[in-house]
Amino acid sequence: MSPNLLLVVVVGVLFAAGVTLLLERNLTRVILGITMLGNGVNLLILLGGAYGGPPIVGVTPEPRMSDPLTQAMILTAIVITLGMTAFLLAMAYRSWLLTGHDNVQDDVEDRRIMRRAERDEGLENEDEDGGQR
Amino acid sequence: MTWLVPLPVIMPLLGAAVTLLLRRRPVLQRAVSVLVLSATLVVAVLLLASTATGPPLTVAVGGWAAPLGIVLVADRLAALMLVVSAAVTLCVLVYSIGQGMADGDDAVPVAVYHPAYLILTAGVTNAFLAGDLFNLYVGFEILLAASYVLITIGATRSRIRTGTTYVVVSLLSSLIFLTAIGLIYAATGTLNLAQLAGRLDALPDGLQLGLQSMLLLAFGIKAAVFPLSAWLPDSYPTAIAPVTAVFAGLLTKVGVYAIIRTQTLLFPDGPAGGVLLVAALLTMTVGILGAVAQSDIKRLLSFTLVSHIGYMLFGIGLASSAGLSGAIFYVVHHIVVQTTLFLAAGLIERRGGTTTLDRLGGLARLTPVLGVLFFVPALNLAGIPPFSGFLGKLGLLQAGVDAGGALAWVLVAGSVVTSLLTLYAIGRVWNLAFWRTPHASMPADGGARAGRALPRLMVGATLALVVLGTGLTVVSGPLFDITSRAATELRERQPYVHAVFAEEVP
Repeated sequence: MSPNLLLVVVVGVLFAAGVTLLLERNLTRVILGITMLGNGVNLLILLGGAYGGPPIVGVTPEPRMSDPLTQAMILTAIVITLGMTAFLLAMAYRSWLLTGHDNVQDDVEDRRIMRRAERDEGLENEDEDGGQR
Repeated sequence: MTWLVPLPVIMPLLGAAVTLLLRRRPVLQRAVSVLVLSATLVVAVLLLASTATGPPLTVAVGGWAAPLGIVLVADRLAALMLVVSAAVTLCVLVYSIGQGMADGDDAVPVAVYHPAYLILTAGVTNAFLAGDLFNLYVGFEILLAASYVLITIGATRSRIRTGTTYVVVSLLSSLIFLTAIGLIYAATGTLNLAQLAGRLDALPDGLQLGLQSMLLLAFGIKAAVFPLSAWLPDSYPTAIAPVTAVFAGLLTKVGVYAIIRTQTLLFPDGPAGGVLLVAALLTMTVGILGAVAQSDIKRLLSFTLVSHIGYMLFGIGLASSAGLSGAIFYVVHHIVVQTTLFLAAGLIERRGGTTTLDRLGGLARLTPVLGVLFFVPALNLAGIPPFSGFLGKLGLLQAGVDAGGALAWVLVAGSVVTSLLTLYAIGRVWNLAFWRTPHASMPADGGARAGRALPRLMVGATLALVVLGTGLTVVSGPLFDITSRAATELRERQPYVHAVFAEEVP
């Protein structure tokens, strides 16, 4: 059985949209991106197995059964993605509570070092006027 | 003996359930956690004793035979990793108990901490024992889910900020891994590692390379290989000290373990060796240059962590028995030493009230014990003889020289330079935090903040790891013996395949 072309296109669209959303600063959009990517991956796994009828003995003759293993794997993956999405949502909510927004922020220390490099100061200089920062 | 194999996964999971039920009884909760991890350590040692000379042990979970069922495989590499990880998690647990008791359990919500910590252990052991790719993925997800909880524990502003990066990057790497699993299943019709070892060889070269690079990408993010390492130095330092320590020691090494396993078992003749060597060189140099620029001890240590992942990749990239053996030895050494250093950093934070180098000073005179606890593993990390870091690097350098070739020689030079720069970075911490005259803001009495002397349990746990790290030198002969036999076993592939499929690979 050949894989369904429509499904292949859907997988491609989900991956593209997911990656685009991942590049956003806003955590809510990132979560949507992760969800889309997760769904895309699940469909991709489904495409990897044989295509056919329900894999139940007595319902479908054996050669025409679909692959049950891929479905089992997707089931596991769905549960895991669900849990992770819930955790991310909780984090976005917490971030909103603490800072009033849920944007992903830069590395604080890196920015500090960058500023120091711009001013061409070393650690020793900072030592002398350490308290003033 | 085979009945021992699933225990390192089952016991922490059951322990997590019990500690969750005991959330209102902190004393019992602590006792259960310590008991479970001690038992895990015993089981791991027994597994290593059995596999060190014998064949790998396997268990078909639920009695379903491979390839349909899930198998757990404990070979020399897995058993060795289990022993080290169990020892380290136990010490860190004792350390965190000491911290929790001293802080009156306010700073760390203990009710969540113990179950999450045990689930993390279960995830790590499951990843080490996994006999098929999907179970490896599940192991990764278990340990990551627990690590999300641990890294954001307390949900302060800075932990949420850094936790966001960590969670999103980890999720992305998991999705890449899952995609690779889907593609490998589509290409070969199986996910059992032993079966894949035969079937992947039959695939066209281009397809093999594609699958291999997807797996390397996924594991590379987890192992913090440059250029996939940017998330690590930002996210680890903000967590509480024991969490940072156990993450730094174990989580990246699980990624390295996965790289070793898939490289040797699935793609032994793949062309990725050169790429790995270049990545190793970049990881070493960029990581250590980052460390030199830092002014916070925890961040500096995080960068050395990234840098020293390069040494392990160096050995893996060489793909010779000597290289693999050196890499495995280095993993063992680095798990212990990096964890110790982060625990010592936690003690410094406790004593000095900060880990920023600008505001520390004179710790060696104020607290000589702390000086020893930091200095010994620091020298060990930098690779000063006779410590195990020196022996590990020596093993890798010898393997590099044996391999020959321009790239290997560049790597050898890079390793030496990185080692010297590590010494410089560590020396800077020593000079600023320990040796110069105490900073004005440093309290001269025994405690940094009122009543915050160093708790005995924390010092004891750190000391145990220092002793363990130094002890690696004493047992380096037998240890190198085990790692080289593990490397031979990995390179031969047949012992692993044969342990899973006794007669014929289906």
